[in-house]
Amino acid sequence: MKAREEILSRVRSALVAAPRATDPGGDGIRRDYAHVRDLTDQLTLFVERVQNYRATVIRTDPDGVTAAIAKGLAGARRVVVPPGFNRSWVPEHLDVVQDEPALRADELDTVDAVLTSAAIGIAVTGTIVLDHTQGQGRRALTLVPDLHVCVVTADQIVGDVPEAITALSSAVHSRRPLTWISGPSATVDIELQRVEGVHGPRTLHIVLVE
Amino acid sequence: MMSNTATFIGMPPFPIAARKALADSQLRGNIRNATHTIRAKRAHVCGELDDFEQLRQAGADIKDDVLRNLGRYLEQVEESLTAAGATVHWARDGAEANKIVVDIARRHRVDEVVKVKSMATQEIELNAALEAAGIAAWETDLAELIVQLGHDLPSHILVPAIHRNRSEVREIFLREMGKVGMPAEDDLSDDPAELAGAARRHLREKFLRAKVAVSGANFLVAETGTLVVVESEGNGRMCLTLPEVLISVVGIEKVVPTWTDLEVFLQLLPRSATGERMNPYTSTWTGVTPGDGPQEVHVVLLDNGRTKVLSDEVGRQALRCIRCSACINVCPVYERTGGHAYGSVYPGPIGAILTPMLRGVGADEQTDSLPFASTLCGACYEVCPVLINIPEVLVHLREKVVDSHRGGVPGALQAAMTGASWTFGNSTRLGVLQKLAGLSSAVIGRRGLIGRMPAPLSRWTDARDLPAPPRESFRRWWARTDAGRRDTGGHPQNTRKGLDDK
Repeated sequence: MKAREEILSRVRSALVAAPRATDPGGDGIRRDYAHVRDLTDQLTLFVERVQNYRATVIRTDPDGVTAAIAKGLAGARRVVVPPGFNRSWVPEHLDVVQDEPALRADELDTVDAVLTSAAIGIAVTGTIVLDHTQGQGRRALTLVPDLHVCVVTADQIVGDVPEAITALSSAVHSRRPLTWISGPSATVDIELQRVEGVHGPRTLHIVLVE
Repeated sequence: MMSNTATFIGMPPFPIAARKALADSQLRGNIRNATHTIRAKRAHVCGELDDFEQLRQAGADIKDDVLRNLGRYLEQVEESLTAAGATVHWARDGAEANKIVVDIARRHRVDEVVKVKSMATQEIELNAALEAAGIAAWETDLAELIVQLGHDLPSHILVPAIHRNRSEVREIFLREMGKVGMPAEDDLSDDPAELAGAARRHLREKFLRAKVAVSGANFLVAETGTLVVVESEGNGRMCLTLPEVLISVVGIEKVVPTWTDLEVFLQLLPRSATGERMNPYTSTWTGVTPGDGPQEVHVVLLDNGRTKVLSDEVGRQALRCIRCSACINVCPVYERTGGHAYGSVYPGPIGAILTPMLRGVGADEQTDSLPFASTLCGACYEVCPVLINIPEVLVHLREKVVDSHRGGVPGALQAAMTGASWTFGNSTRLGVLQKLAGLSSAVIGRRGLIGRMPAPLSRWTDARDLPAPPRESFRRWWARTDAGRRDTGGHPQNTRKGLDDK
């Protein structure tokens, strides 16, 4: 017997005596947890939670976006900006590196920073999620450079994980990859002491446009 | 190639391994410090959610639904993955899974792969199989790197190098990094941030040139074929994104029915595991994304004993496990012995039930000792995010172990227990022995505890301290004082003044 058939047959015989569910995914599952969280000030909570994980948030009105981005990118010379990012937001003095045609990984490793937008932000967990559509670039862009500046707008912030899962459902069903980012990369592998910055960007600045 | 891969094969049974671990005060200090830190963080962030209990119930219910309908969900996930451009493989056991991975790597003519931390590939000892085929497997998780460079074994699911302190890590990096790639700088200190920096530099060249990556997965969504990897360092993202070929080895119990179900698990897992509201990075991918990431994607669906666990009516709940390690971090036995004593990639309470069921009860003495590596205190059940009743399964497996040995040659522990039943079965024998015990001060230590006793009783006392018996047995005291009516205060337990004094 081939492996597939044998495993499926083992599964069937393992469950011979088990109570059979007539409706997979159905009534037996109790889902009385909170689907929406009642949050008084979602934006302030988002800012607080992001900072908890030692990323910074720069709050700005729409007129101040370019200045806020410039502040976040301070010190970076060559910055990769993915296709579809709002060009009017990009500070003038920047040495913008294009990802068309796609940069090799070692080329990307010589870039100082990456500037992107995001799909959504999650207040309770201080998370931003990229669905890698316009303005966010393919996954490697926000991974290899050491500094990530990410612009997110107030209307993109949701309360908690269930709302995020709902908001991201169509991206997943159209087979887009997702990257959930909560602070800079980190490790607790040595004596459980938290160290920020291992392989991903060691610095994350979020520009929140209200 | 130099043999770098340590193995759990041939480990002694738990009580013997535990005795060695208990004598290592450095190890006990490292583990105590680490587990207490993470315990407090977990309790804090889980307490923040007023619906955490409801989330646990939903997590358990969803996993039970998966297990009851596993065949159906596996067929569905195969269909979804294939439609998304992934190639699906099925592996009955570790050897079959290893061969699939080795064959893919060979077809691409590579002599190295980069790896994301994965319990499944550790369980099947993939690294050794790759090494035997002349392919180096580079572990990229910081703790896994420490374990690999130290020619060591993991001792915890989540922080596999929990038994190493910073100065040990520094020594390992200085000694070993240069042998397999970019060396650590000579003036490397033992500051964790500097050590993490050394790992970043060492691994970056490997990430940038790797053609093939191997990962596991935390979840696999049947409805869409979406794989989910939850991590902290970004080594996962490097492996999942930069190489051309990605092979994910996934246990068949990792399936969840729908994308929506992740709203439960992505709350339960990070809070239970590292005590964070959310882990730094979570990656999801669905087959091949044109122009982004690996363009050849394989998924190996692994049985390797899981259907055996599924057939155990009491034990199958262990397949709900999402590998968070909360049970390990609260376990008083693990805290004192560390992970190596369990002789398995799955240590602690979950390992004590999962390993015997995956390998099969009665397979060997080491495996059979695991269900007894517990005090049944129940702390593990209280923290489990998917409500696995570990004490219930432990007791169930103890019965199975005893049953499987019935009729065979009795082991030493069994001989001791047979001796006990001979003793307790007859009041004269008990009296004589108690008298002997009361007089044998030679075995009683300074703290009034009994230390090591000669075989076969050493099988019990090796890993346990017993309170020393009173100088006079209860039976003797009863006889001497006419049931307490003529008490002269001679009995040690009767010298307290209290409510009984009239």
